Amino acid sequence: MLLAVAIQRFQPERPGASGRQRFEVEAGPDERLLDVLVRIQRGLDPTFVFRRSCGHGVCGSDAMIINGRERLACRTLVKDVAAEGGGTVTVEPLRNLTVVRDLVVAEGPFFERYRAVRPFLIAPEAGAGGRERRQTPEERSVIEDATNCILCAACFSACPVVAGANPRFIGPAAVIQAGRFQDDSRDRGFAERLAALDRPEGVWACENRFACTRVCPRGIRVTKLINTAKRRIAEFRKGAGRAPS
Amino acid sequence: MGVPAGIRPHEYDAVIVGAGGAGLCAALRASGRVRTAVLSKVHPLRSHTGAAQGGIGAALGNVEEDRPEWHAFDTVKGGDYLADQSAALVLAEGAVEAVVDLERRGLPFNRAPDGRIDQRRFGGHTRGFGRAAVRRSCYAGDRTGHMILQTLYQQCLKNEVDFFDEFHVLDVILDGRTSSGVVAVELATGDLHLFRARAVLVATGGFGRMYGVTSNALASTGDGPAVLARRGVPLEDMEFFQFHPTGLRGLGILITEAVRGEGGVLRNRAGERFMERYSPLLLDLAPRDIVSRAVVTEIREGRGFPGRDAWGDYVVLDATGLGRAVLEAKLPDITGFCRTYLGLDPAVAPIPVLPTAHYAMGGIPTDDLGRVVPGPPGEPYQGLYAAGECACVSVHGANRLGTNSLTDLVVFGRRAGDHMAAFAAGSSQARISSQDLEPARERIVRLRPEGGLPRPIARTLRERMERLMTDKVGIIRTGPGLAEAVDELGELRREWRGLRPRDGARAFNVERLDILELGNLLDLALLTAASALGRTESRGAHAREDHPSRDDERWLRHTLARLEGDVLSTAFRPVDLSRWKPAPRTY
Repeated sequence: MLLAVAIQRFQPERPGASGRQRFEVEAGPDERLLDVLVRIQRGLDPTFVFRRSCGHGVCGSDAMIINGRERLACRTLVKDVAAEGGGTVTVEPLRNLTVVRDLVVAEGPFFERYRAVRPFLIAPEAGAGGRERRQTPEERSVIEDATNCILCAACFSACPVVAGANPRFIGPAAVIQAGRFQDDSRDRGFAERLAALDRPEGVWACENRFACTRVCPRGIRVTKLINTAKRRIAEFRKGAGRAPS
Repeated sequence: MGVPAGIRPHEYDAVIVGAGGAGLCAALRASGRVRTAVLSKVHPLRSHTGAAQGGIGAALGNVEEDRPEWHAFDTVKGGDYLADQSAALVLAEGAVEAVVDLERRGLPFNRAPDGRIDQRRFGGHTRGFGRAAVRRSCYAGDRTGHMILQTLYQQCLKNEVDFFDEFHVLDVILDGRTSSGVVAVELATGDLHLFRARAVLVATGGFGRMYGVTSNALASTGDGPAVLARRGVPLEDMEFFQFHPTGLRGLGILITEAVRGEGGVLRNRAGERFMERYSPLLLDLAPRDIVSRAVVTEIREGRGFPGRDAWGDYVVLDATGLGRAVLEAKLPDITGFCRTYLGLDPAVAPIPVLPTAHYAMGGIPTDDLGRVVPGPPGEPYQGLYAAGECACVSVHGANRLGTNSLTDLVVFGRRAGDHMAAFAAGSSQARISSQDLEPARERIVRLRPEGGLPRPIARTLRERMERLMTDKVGIIRTGPGLAEAVDELGELRREWRGLRPRDGARAFNVERLDILELGNLLDLALLTAASALGRTESRGAHAREDHPSRDDERWLRHTLARLEGDVLSTAFRPVDLSRWKPAPRTY
């Protein structure tokens, strides 16, 4: 079939070439949209650029807005988007991040927020004798959902709080990545991460709008995990005799 | 020297090229001791280590008796006796400590009921030197690589490693046998950077993109080994390329061997469990080369399911016996792949599969400390290291066992990181002259848009390479087919030199990157085809119809293939047989 794809272009070195551009390209219904975009880039317009790598939804490179919604191009089949939106597939860069060129956005601010939550196991190294720690299957299952995050930034792009009320919100992915350790039975860094989490730009900025949950390509129950993080922080403060802010 | 205008200089003790599992392990070890930088073409969390699914092999013995010595033996036998046996022991013994270290750094392994790391079966892993299958694969669902990559990157953040994300390597500067730095292009700006370094580690991963159907990422283009090959470093055992038997039909996306480890079986059109005929003992858990050839044989002999499209006939992987609970708890990602790409529920319907180009056993020759050794004669380069898939230690020999890739990259990534840090601390920076920067500049400066004559098209060259490699340098090979492949790849390389990008932008010039990557793939494809043409026997993943038997008398040796300009030459290196005597490989 001949597929119409309308791509939001931004060419900083050729300002005249920016704007929405329409391509018509041969595509099979069971193909990934990624395959179609690669065909456009390699065949029709080599100046069209976007990030991609693994091609099956585990590396997080090709999150973009397809027919108005954040998705991974490699997890999106032509047949699933061709019929939406009147026969033309629209493709745009992620929101809430600065566009560098075409679909490539500056990921720096997204990863800075991620780093701010100290996203690594904080645990005493001494006295364990270099043996593996024990963790029950039940303790392990608590963090299962959060460990699936691939930091593709789809949730950050979709977040209405970042877009509106609180642009400095650390965003859903950073909270998830922090929670993955806050809830890990082996971790002892709960209090250390509060500097980033327990503040107006931290977990409390979330307004439970569920946009993150709707777009997460890994199916993570993001909003639910953010609420878990809020609850655990509130409980921690109560235990420490501190009033909630 | 004064750095030429337009090149941005940096100075470190250790520079690591590639931020997958091997590069990050090395960075963790080196960064505490010497000034360390990590360059990566993609953001480290996008590295292809993250796509590894089923597990990491280590003889922890958590769920049944196991020993590193059995693991080493399985590795050697799985590699059809081409693995270096002392190195295989280093791998198996180092695996236990490396896995425990990953756990202590936070990796969320699946757990056994007693709280220890759970383990499961994988192809070719046995107890008692081949008596029966053993549970050796430590895993985190079917996302083991993702968890390893995340854990290592998290730890690098904790240790404040310097990362240069989205930098593409153009050259490693070698003066004789001494490495002194790396030249790379920053993709966001198009700027050239020079990283002076006392020690350089190449850890750029695989190059499955030589083939049309592959489990490898688009970024898996062998940049590191190609750069070193152009600097005169021979590449070892390039003829051994692994095809994983169960790629999702058409797309080549990996369906982990863990599906068979958990009880899934391969079936032909008649519903037969055909592996009974090829591997009576290990059945579906025979090593991958054996299973891939069995799949091809079933299809060639007319027992495949009929495929009406370009991908042709196929077999199925039947996981319906596992039950939905096991699929969702232990194999959630592949369950999702089947649903997304085939609209199929693996709990109910068998999965259509075909072999997919998966893993390079060959690569940059190293010793078991990660030092690049060009031999013979065998003096290592000074300050030049390689680890992970791009390296050839050799622990995988002629065929890698499942789970041993993750084991390889953590064990040898750590060892290389340790050694390079010690080396860098005790050495001084070698001089770099502006002449040393010429190869990198020549390679990229040429790639400017040019009007006038019609030029070859990169896409066409890429498609021709992929078809050629699939048809003639694939699972089953013949002498005449390989000879044609060598000739045609030579022609493709000549045409490649005429490529010019149409995109003249500096920022994120993907077309220029594509051309550079294609050039790397073509060099590696030629070395692969030439090495395969030379080896007139069948061993592991290298199967010659015209030489169907293993020939230990002539071919129990490693190939070292060198490419100087357009001239190929081959040398050989003996195999370390210090532990076990080569025997027929039956399962």
